[in-house]
Amino acid sequence: MAKITALTMPKFGLAMTEGMVAAWHKQPGETVRQGEEIADIETSKITSAYESPAAGVLRRQVLAPGEMVPVGALIGVIAEPEATEAEIDAFIAEFLAKFEAERTEAETEATANPERVETPAGLVQYLAAGPADAPAIVFIHGFGGDLNNWMFLQPLLAERFRTVALDLPGHGGSTKALKQADPAALARFVLATMDALGIGAAHVVGHSMGGAVAIAIAQEASDRALSLSLISPAGLGSDINADFIRGFIEAKRARQLAAVLQSLFADPALVGREMVENVLRFKRLDGVEAALRTLADAHFPDGRQAFALREALARFPGPVQVIWGVQDQIIPPAHAEGLAEAVRVHRFENVGHMAHMERATEVARLIAELAGGR
Amino acid sequence: MEPSRALQLNREELLRAYRQMRTIREFEERVHTEFSSGAIPGFVHLYAGEEAVAVGVCMHLTERDCIASTHRGHGHCIAKGCDVKGMMAEIFGRADGLCGGKGGSMHIADVAKGMLGANGIVGGGAPLACGAALAAKTLKTGGVAVAFGGDGASNQGTTAESMNLATVWKLPVIFVLEDNGYAESTASSWSIGGDAVKRAEGFGMPGVRVDGHDFFAVYEAMHDPIARARAGEGPSFLHVKVNRYYGHFEGDAQTYRAPGEVQRLRAEMDCIERFRKRVTEAKVLEEKDLAAIDREVLELIEESVRAAKAAAYPPPPALLSDVYVSYP
Amino acid sequence: MSKKSFRQAVNEALRQEMERDPTVVLMGEDVGGGMGAPGEDDAWGGPLGVTKGLMSQFGRERVLDTPITESAFIGAAAGAALRGLRPVAELMFVDFMGVCFDQIFNQAAKFRYMFGGTAKTPLVIRTMYGAGFRAASQHSQCLYPIFTHVPGLKVVIPSSPYEAKGLLIQAIRDDDPVIFFEHKVMYDDEEDVPDDPYTIPFGEARFVREGEDVTIVAIGRMVQMASKAADALAKEGISCTVLDPRTTSPLDLQSILESVQETGRLVIVDEANPRCNIATDISAQVVEQAFESLKAPIRMVCPPHTPVPFSPALEDAFIPSPEKIAAVVRSVMASPTRQAAA
Repeated sequence: MAKITALTMPKFGLAMTEGMVAAWHKQPGETVRQGEEIADIETSKITSAYESPAAGVLRRQVLAPGEMVPVGALIGVIAEPEATEAEIDAFIAEFLAKFEAERTEAETEATANPERVETPAGLVQYLAAGPADAPAIVFIHGFGGDLNNWMFLQPLLAERFRTVALDLPGHGGSTKALKQADPAALARFVLATMDALGIGAAHVVGHSMGGAVAIAIAQEASDRALSLSLISPAGLGSDINADFIRGFIEAKRARQLAAVLQSLFADPALVGREMVENVLRFKRLDGVEAALRTLADAHFPDGRQAFALREALARFPGPVQVIWGVQDQIIPPAHAEGLAEAVRVHRFENVGHMAHMERATEVARLIAELAGGR
Repeated sequence: MEPSRALQLNREELLRAYRQMRTIREFEERVHTEFSSGAIPGFVHLYAGEEAVAVGVCMHLTERDCIASTHRGHGHCIAKGCDVKGMMAEIFGRADGLCGGKGGSMHIADVAKGMLGANGIVGGGAPLACGAALAAKTLKTGGVAVAFGGDGASNQGTTAESMNLATVWKLPVIFVLEDNGYAESTASSWSIGGDAVKRAEGFGMPGVRVDGHDFFAVYEAMHDPIARARAGEGPSFLHVKVNRYYGHFEGDAQTYRAPGEVQRLRAEMDCIERFRKRVTEAKVLEEKDLAAIDREVLELIEESVRAAKAAAYPPPPALLSDVYVSYP
Repeated sequence: MSKKSFRQAVNEALRQEMERDPTVVLMGEDVGGGMGAPGEDDAWGGPLGVTKGLMSQFGRERVLDTPITESAFIGAAAGAALRGLRPVAELMFVDFMGVCFDQIFNQAAKFRYMFGGTAKTPLVIRTMYGAGFRAASQHSQCLYPIFTHVPGLKVVIPSSPYEAKGLLIQAIRDDDPVIFFEHKVMYDDEEDVPDDPYTIPFGEARFVREGEDVTIVAIGRMVQMASKAADALAKEGISCTVLDPRTTSPLDLQSILESVQETGRLVIVDEANPRCNIATDISAQVVEQAFESLKAPIRMVCPPHTPVPFSPALEDAFIPSPEKIAAVVRSVMASPTRQAAA
């Protein structure tokens, strides 16, 4: 019997429960290569390409664009040319019956939701996923970000690692109070979170300003950082896109903010209205603008980076990698040059400041490799 | 009523009262002339003849206190300290008027001075005065509010509602009914059913009737209401009987009035002449003091009209500004 | 963040602003309740319990029950706003505007303009609107078009609990008079609402969902109806953008035009009576400014030109339903595609 493959609604991120086909790129009857983009999938957060899990011919588009379905639902069918229409009909019927049965079961499972813990450094919101006895990975977002920035990456690593994505103070659901905003203070906030969660040491992944925080953790408590994966990190040079920082702080309306957020990505089309609305929901909260200004004044006064952490990074004995999008408009990729030889540097073409979102699969693989010691 | 306390006003206060009354009179006489010549657009409603009321009431007030006024509001403005030149420019519709030329005679205001606006709506001001009184009470400024209203307004629901609310909330507000005999062309003796003072008493506040041609009587009558308001004891009411020298609005032929009525009022009841007689006979002020004020006032009005006529109209962009504090 | 009802969201917004700013005061009929009566204080919190608990927390000096005397207390709120307070007055049902409208549209709305920009009137009037409560003709109307018509007023019509909290806090902090409409059948609607205070700016529409075929602009409660219609239409392969203007004054026409340029089709859902309502207003402006983008005629889904009836059978027929909206969208999709004029 010819091979038939179900195309199902993918799960981008732990919080994703449903999605829809924004557009089909292949029509029934067209040949599809494995890994080829065959549809755009839209969630409440982002639109992303759906890559074919198999080679064959697209035989059916089960899901029409615009219809919201749960993760795992059938959206189409790929099969070898020899498969008959009857075989495909039977395949679909069987899939639907099984899916409905499993879905009723799955609905009783709890979806992953952020949790909160009080620490001596203040209230922390975090999202944990993965086996509790596995090696830990801690994700630290950048200026104006939150734990959702890791939504594509975290589930990919949660199979083998105990993953924790946290909100820095002034961000997301963590405390809005920011008494000290320098990397060392933020590092102590992360360490306090690790204490509260019983994590002795972790592989530390930091993005942008969170990269500087990761280096500061290595500096403050080198025994608690097993490795450092730094994505477009701050701290390695003095340039910063001051217009972005100012624009992000000042944007009150969707149009202003969309223009600012677009500079984060190589492909500005990734910034949808939903993403903008989600960032605005954070920015609208009382106290956020003040917290962002405090952070910006500490880290990026006068449009330059205030903290030089190259030497601190050089002193860290553990494995280090730096990941950068070549089209990064926020911090120049040139900052990855001139690091110690032991530091692995990975550059991605057609990627901006958000490699962990723009190339989640590859970045997850790099993190796993560094953490796995390979 | 024996105006005992009023004559205890000191010389400066009496001069100020006279200056204000004279300023209102000359202002209105000049507006009458200028309107007749076609220099002033729109509606104007003149206060001439009623000066003792506004001045007698507002002599008790400071800038922390508020007044809500009527469409016949020039006198209230001057008595509450509004800039005369700014008022004149406003009435001429010029850019440097108190409201940038956008309000005109019926909406002159100076909120910072506690003048919450002349009001084109009969009875519109009483609720606003209650609000100003509530603000003063809540913010504990010690301020009071005065709601001026005519005999027309006294029959409006807003007035009745406001008097009730002022009692219920124990607001520091004084309702001053300026009964000048006519609501537009309709006699107040016909339109006010029952007795205005008894209405006030029915709302639970003290009310008195007072002769509005007598500055000293008005000033005296305000004494207790002000003290009561400042002491946090609630509202009071004055029914001031008075007369206006001009029509409801400029251009009103006043055929509803008795022949010779205004001439008789001017000759026999004029509040400024009465004031003059009273203070000179009591030898508190001298004729020369008053004559000097008369000259200064005339100069001020002359200069106000000259400046208003010379002033620019608001530029076209002013049409679109000041609708909102912010509007994206 | 926690699930909160529309009622709780409004209550929390009021409470947090009163905690933040001592000049914020509430006034209205029965906003505390039980004034002068022998039983409990804070007996009502408004007829539907929206302000419940505020009187106990802030006292009678900041939560002021009023006699039934809308002209006096709405006008007093306007006067108090001129003199340093930020009053939030409750006009219990918007149908009662008839006994106090002078104080709103001739007084509060015009102070700033008449006074040449020298005054500000930071006044909020909260009011209930809308059909579906079996409240009959004098307690069920959607009179926001009348307020939208008046320069100087801002008009806010939140479509969900999250929207209500952020828009009400914005309204209280705003320096202009704001009329804040609460749909009485939405008070028990629930969704995630942040615990912290936040503001949603006026004049920025919300894209409730994005589609390719038709733009549905919906006002207030009609946003839910339009979303349900869009769910049903998606199953038929018709993909809808649902746009919630949030405020009708200011109106975010730019977002509406952008969306119409994307979809080429426009359906407007408005619970207000059909003549001179928000739907006719938006329709006229879109035709004027984006005629060449339209592939099909604009359609409006509104109640008939009648008072709101009492009988449930009639009232249900009066209100635009998801089914009616979906039918109109289908008809728009079925109309022959108009060739671009240019």
